[in-house]
Amino acid sequence: MAQNHASTDTLAKYLLLNAERFRGRPAMRFKDYGIWQSWTWEEQLEEVRALALGLQTLGLRRGDKVAVIGANRPRLYWSFAAIQSLGAIPVPLYADAVAEEMAYVLNHAEARFALVEDQEQVDKVLSVSPEVPILTDIIYDEPRGLKDYDHTHLHAYSAVREAGRQRLAVEDGVLDAWHQEIARGKGDEISVILYTSGTTGRPKGVMLSHDNFVRSALNGNAFDNLDENETTIAYLPLAWVGDHLFSYAQSYTAGFCVACPESAETVNEDRREIAPTYFFAPPRVFETMLTSIMVRMEDAGRLKKGMFDYFLAHAAKVGERILNREQVGLRDRVKYALGEFMVYGPLKNRMGFSRMRVGYTAGEAIGPELFSFYRSLGLNLKQLYGQTEATVYITAQADGKIRPDTVGLPSPEVEIRIAETGEVMYRSPGVFVGYYKNEEATRDTKTPDGWVHTGDAGFFDADGQLKIIDRAKDVGKLASGDLFAPKYIENTLKFFPEIKEAVAFGHGREFCGAFVNIDLAAVGNWAERNNIAYASYQELAGHPRVYETIAAHVNEANRRLAREPLMAASQIRRFLILHKELDADDGELTRTQKVRRNFIAERYGELIEALYDGSAEKFVETEVTYEDGRKGVIRATVRIADAVVHEAPSQAIREAAE
Amino acid sequence: MNPRPDHSQLVAPDDGIARGDVLLDVRNVSLSFGGVKAITDISLNVLKGEIRAIIGPNGAGKTSMLNVINGFYTPQVGTIIFRRKERCSMKPHEAVGQGIARTFQNVALFKGMSTLDNIMAGRSVMMKRNIGWQMLWRGPALKEEIEHREKVEEIIDFLEIQHIRRTPVGKLPYGLQKRVELGRALAMEPSLLLLDEPMAGMNLEEKEDMSRFILDVNQQRGTTIALIEHDMGVVMDLSDRVVVLDYGKKIADGPPDEVKNNQDVIDAYLGVPH
Repeated sequence: MAQNHASTDTLAKYLLLNAERFRGRPAMRFKDYGIWQSWTWEEQLEEVRALALGLQTLGLRRGDKVAVIGANRPRLYWSFAAIQSLGAIPVPLYADAVAEEMAYVLNHAEARFALVEDQEQVDKVLSVSPEVPILTDIIYDEPRGLKDYDHTHLHAYSAVREAGRQRLAVEDGVLDAWHQEIARGKGDEISVILYTSGTTGRPKGVMLSHDNFVRSALNGNAFDNLDENETTIAYLPLAWVGDHLFSYAQSYTAGFCVACPESAETVNEDRREIAPTYFFAPPRVFETMLTSIMVRMEDAGRLKKGMFDYFLAHAAKVGERILNREQVGLRDRVKYALGEFMVYGPLKNRMGFSRMRVGYTAGEAIGPELFSFYRSLGLNLKQLYGQTEATVYITAQADGKIRPDTVGLPSPEVEIRIAETGEVMYRSPGVFVGYYKNEEATRDTKTPDGWVHTGDAGFFDADGQLKIIDRAKDVGKLASGDLFAPKYIENTLKFFPEIKEAVAFGHGREFCGAFVNIDLAAVGNWAERNNIAYASYQELAGHPRVYETIAAHVNEANRRLAREPLMAASQIRRFLILHKELDADDGELTRTQKVRRNFIAERYGELIEALYDGSAEKFVETEVTYEDGRKGVIRATVRIADAVVHEAPSQAIREAAE
Repeated sequence: MNPRPDHSQLVAPDDGIARGDVLLDVRNVSLSFGGVKAITDISLNVLKGEIRAIIGPNGAGKTSMLNVINGFYTPQVGTIIFRRKERCSMKPHEAVGQGIARTFQNVALFKGMSTLDNIMAGRSVMMKRNIGWQMLWRGPALKEEIEHREKVEEIIDFLEIQHIRRTPVGKLPYGLQKRVELGRALAMEPSLLLLDEPMAGMNLEEKEDMSRFILDVNQQRGTTIALIEHDMGVVMDLSDRVVVLDYGKKIADGPPDEVKNNQDVIDAYLGVPH
């Protein structure tokens, strides 16, 4: 092909380029019928081209939107490129969305076509199609169960692809016309619309341009030295910006191979076989993995278990320092190398991390111990902070500068500033074009000069690494004007296993006070060992020795808070142990076990007053709902304890004094 | 390039019988064990391509009927015509060769073997190489194994059990074991598939899954199915025709709606004294 690829500003252009420069290298793998099937870049081009030409026969035109719904399969990834090659816009949807949600997005996005995985998705789309008049045709990949459906507006992927191949064989100039279509694509055009699953209100369609993806992907590739030799496994939802970047944009720009698992249930097995070099997972994936290993180790023989414990203890001691290239003695290094051979290596192999060069975790905060466990094995696991509106990258941890409690330095070409309110704002080449058909939300989120509100509050620590503390709207101010970030304080408390839940108060108050819920399992266990008799949660919660333990924890939490200049002012001065467990049945927690702070503040108003009026105890009556729906009343005298406050770093004292 | 076929190659074998023609004809069959009459003078037929249900209260003779159909029992009276040929007495393995496969009321799998091996076992009747070749596992035997493995992988894909491919079936939950058993029966590429209470002991979700697989087997692969089932909702939704047995006798036969309103059937289920 004598094409000029001087300006590769769209991924479709990269596809043509890759088919030349990486011709015979694998672009995509998919485990099917128990065997890994592979496609080279040349074959991938052929697949995308056939689909694109076939979609043209169905009437797909520049600017049309195509909903893409399903699991991580090569054909759905190819559809992205095929749709974009024609100047149309793919709109990936969450495959597990219920029909009503789908109807909203399909309508809002004005999707003319839907390209879906299987019968389940076809059924869902068909069931809402009367509400989505603009949707004309559905294309499906997996034919099972669809044989007897009316095929006037329903097409098999294979049939569409065949139509494309047919055109290529018989029509003149089809290929040139397709290349011209690709050449017409410009970097500043919309490449994809991703709907964010908003926790409040309707999902918003984030419009991202080709430039957003190409530049973010190139920056990401450069940051982690990703090239055509990487392998990654695609298993996160297609509608999520991270997957679109990691499994699609980065693969096209760097030329590496993306492996699609056989099914959602086989991901762990498939990952072990593929052994990705570049891997991404939310913290809970790492957590489940660790748990399953620990459970299996419990059943292991004594020799194996002993070896495992011995070498893991050694890894915890020196592993991270070796990974960070710090000074470690020869003896420890030799022992670590032996451990690598005996334990760490086989363990990494088991998890499918034998070849992992770069691994990311993001989405939520990862537990420091969990994070350190993986790093101590020699895995280069890092944290990343990003969002859809930024085409993922806002901050990322650079090799060698990794700490569990921060999200890293600003990513390449990203500027960050902290607003007056404590909110993190950024400006970068990845900044989204706007929300689709929602000017108002766009204006609220993006300033005219391109700064975007993240909605998260955070601060830079002494090393210049960003720390995220809370959602910006939850952050308040103490009466002194100091920042008050309840979730940060609560998480600091919840770090102790004896504390199950904590609720911090302080907005508009003189100081910070807290309610604590003890963990019945952990504290009960402790009580048993120390011969402390108790009849109920309430009794245990009020026990003086339990108060002593919790006071020690609060003291330690304060010590930690004191270390952060911004947090030092919100050390906990007074706390109480709540006489009942917070419960979703009583409306105190959400069904996902998150604290409903305002509701609790209202319900336990008297206790909050007691925190601040200096009283040593308070009698309360609380109405509770039993599991069978009956109501009852708990009466208790709750003791309020004072906590030790630590000296803050000088800067904070100055601020507090102002 | 891409070895994945777009449509399953596994279809019911062409036995020269057109869809809708009689595949199996049971005429005036009676079966007794000593003095116990299990089946008395029953006639019924199964048409090619349909889902045929056999229902009835406990002890009505349903499982006996299945055992007669697959040749495990030889009835004392009556004739059975399968694929236009009258059947004489035969052993179960001969019945398999005839193109009839079945699943059992109580799962009958090799508990210590993996899902894959269990389904492969279903193909063993079709393997032509003798035990010597099999043990050598070279040349023609290997080639044969690969061919059969391909078919088995198609079944695994069809039943969506990839994630348990290597799990010993004894470790699997009951619903999945049932699915593996269906897979093993399918591996025989039968022209008639007999299912003995495929939903027994399943929860609602497992039942829904199983119903979908049964329908898919029937529609996609054109396999004729005769099934026994107690869940009336399932029977009425799935089957094309239903035959009702009670005390070894046939009391109704017809489309689900007709059978549902038949007074004899209602009496049999509500327990009117005989």
